[in-house]
Amino acid sequence: MLQIVTGNRLRDGVVIYFAGAGEWTPSIDKALVAEDDHANALLAEAQVGLPPLPAVGPILIEVTREGDHLRPVTLRERIRASGPTTGPMAGHTALDANPAASGIDDYSI
Amino acid sequence: MYRYDDFDHRFIDERVAQYRDQVRRRLAGQLTEDEFRPLRLMNGLYLQLHAYMLRIAVPYGMLNSAKLRKLAHIMRKYDRGYGHFTTRTNLQLHWIKLEDTPDILAELASVEMHAIQTSGNSFRNTTTDPFAGVAADELEDPRPYAEIIRQWATLHPEFSFLPRKFKIAICASKEDRAAVKMHDLGLYLHKNEAGELGFEVVVGGGLGRTPYLAQSVKKFVPRRDVLSYIEACLRVYNRYGRRDNLWKARVKILVNSLGPAKYAEEVEQEWLASDREAIAIPESYIAEIASAFAPPDYDRKPVDEAALERTIASNPAFARWVKNNVHPHKVPGHAIVTISLKEVGKTGGDITAEQMEVVADLADELSFGEARVAYEQNMVLPHVRRDKLFTLWQRLDAAKLGTSNKDLVTDIICCPGLDYCGLATARSIPVAQRIAKHLAAKEDEIGNFNIKMSGCINACGHHHLGHIGLLGVEKNGEEVYQITLGGDAGHNAAIGTIIGPAVKSDDVPAAIDKLIGVYMKLRQDGERFPETYRRVGQAPFKEALYAPR
Repeated sequence: MLQIVTGNRLRDGVVIYFAGAGEWTPSIDKALVAEDDHANALLAEAQVGLPPLPAVGPILIEVTREGDHLRPVTLRERIRASGPTTGPMAGHTALDANPAASGIDDYSI
Repeated sequence: MYRYDDFDHRFIDERVAQYRDQVRRRLAGQLTEDEFRPLRLMNGLYLQLHAYMLRIAVPYGMLNSAKLRKLAHIMRKYDRGYGHFTTRTNLQLHWIKLEDTPDILAELASVEMHAIQTSGNSFRNTTTDPFAGVAADELEDPRPYAEIIRQWATLHPEFSFLPRKFKIAICASKEDRAAVKMHDLGLYLHKNEAGELGFEVVVGGGLGRTPYLAQSVKKFVPRRDVLSYIEACLRVYNRYGRRDNLWKARVKILVNSLGPAKYAEEVEQEWLASDREAIAIPESYIAEIASAFAPPDYDRKPVDEAALERTIASNPAFARWVKNNVHPHKVPGHAIVTISLKEVGKTGGDITAEQMEVVADLADELSFGEARVAYEQNMVLPHVRRDKLFTLWQRLDAAKLGTSNKDLVTDIICCPGLDYCGLATARSIPVAQRIAKHLAAKEDEIGNFNIKMSGCINACGHHHLGHIGLLGVEKNGEEVYQITLGGDAGHNAAIGTIIGPAVKSDDVPAAIDKLIGVYMKLRQDGERFPETYRRVGQAPFKEALYAPR
């Protein structure tokens, strides 16, 4: 089982992933992946450092590797990774609707 | 509208300064998240899936044009240009940065707004009729009482750490437009046999995992004593409420485990033993607060109704809007207007900054600067002259705010669901969008119909009270939707019953269509869905929904 560490960036809440060596990234594909028994060590490593830690609420999530991409297993984490699936709306800054990238059914109208 | 006095201004400004220092210390690493979390929540700041979410209090749904413009400014400057009205009539901003929040709260304070008590186990926003003060069927304006309760309940030291959150709603009209019976405590204003004004008090309503309707615990409490009686209700809850189990901590569990009669007896004893005079509301204070809600200076010139009728007759789209979204007003020549935030295919309850500014302009020009938020996630302009309705509709329509679907099948109450919310187990917005799109063409034929939808058991979308309710759950990695039938809000409130196995997300619109088809076939003249459902029972609906293809 492949796992990565994710949390929300302290200063602005943006979804971020632990990339190793004290670095965090908004790009899931740059996340450091741990296999099986190494996951808890990865989570511990992500929480080392002087306060404040960059990420709030770090947790392990399961992913699969698809080519060069990492894809979260759960719908919740796929939505966190690629944004709401509600579709672009009049006046909204539609930065988020990218269902194709997440593998989520495209329900946007 | 109630205006802050010096105390209110000073209090809010001091609160912003405290919070600014708390954020500074958190960002400097001097506070851990565990230490900071309760502080931010007390100021309405949650952390959701994609970002921080700020829930801004809109007391009893009242807004004016200055507040609307400030909210639009905040949405544009600090968020992504839109906001989401909730079923508690508050406004949620879903893309907030922690580092911006002190400035946002300072901006809110400048227009007499804040985000206090939009979280936590204390009083939440007291809600009331969005038509308050102008409804043709109203006994008296309930807003002064809502404001008095707001003042009393804000940071109340005895009730700041209740077993769970506590919601109050007030109704003062024949039609309950505030869904009072789903509240922890509800107040129905009425007159006793002596002609005195007072409240029937109902306690123990709530949705969520264990839905209950509130039960009457006292038929008449004089209005001067209403705070002391609420205090007694809270004291009994504070004393006996379950603090050991989150799912059993709401007052509804206490009322139903003790039994309403026993709970009422406990409250009565507490009330009679308490110092009622200490928080009795003097008539002079009711009058003082009521003066903040005095009616505006209406233009009493007669309206040319014949001209309005000609406009209606020559414009079917306008006629449809008047039929669905325009409501009787107690002042001749005027109307109450519902601004639907349920454009088909869009996110229900969402409003863009530009739309918010249009509402502000229209409020200034046509509604004495006033607008309201309804718990159904729509807005209201309360004071529109009938000869301005066509102008208003054209302007709303140009801003995509002219949707004519109040209380129709596309006027769906819907929580943010898994697209935003950290609690959700399934999506609700995209499913509601597909339902609305599927049914829009026949919504007039269907008539009055309430679909309500939640993305988790917490029931922010009031699914138990929907004629058809939908609860999204995750099952084996798949989103499925449990369907309840026969729910209703208002005076005839009812909790819907589960019809059977949940349906897959893709199948939801067709399932709803089948159920509505049964209703349309079986309904008798004037019957709404809940009445038909109660009359014919579940069987024909179940048969239609689960029959083999």
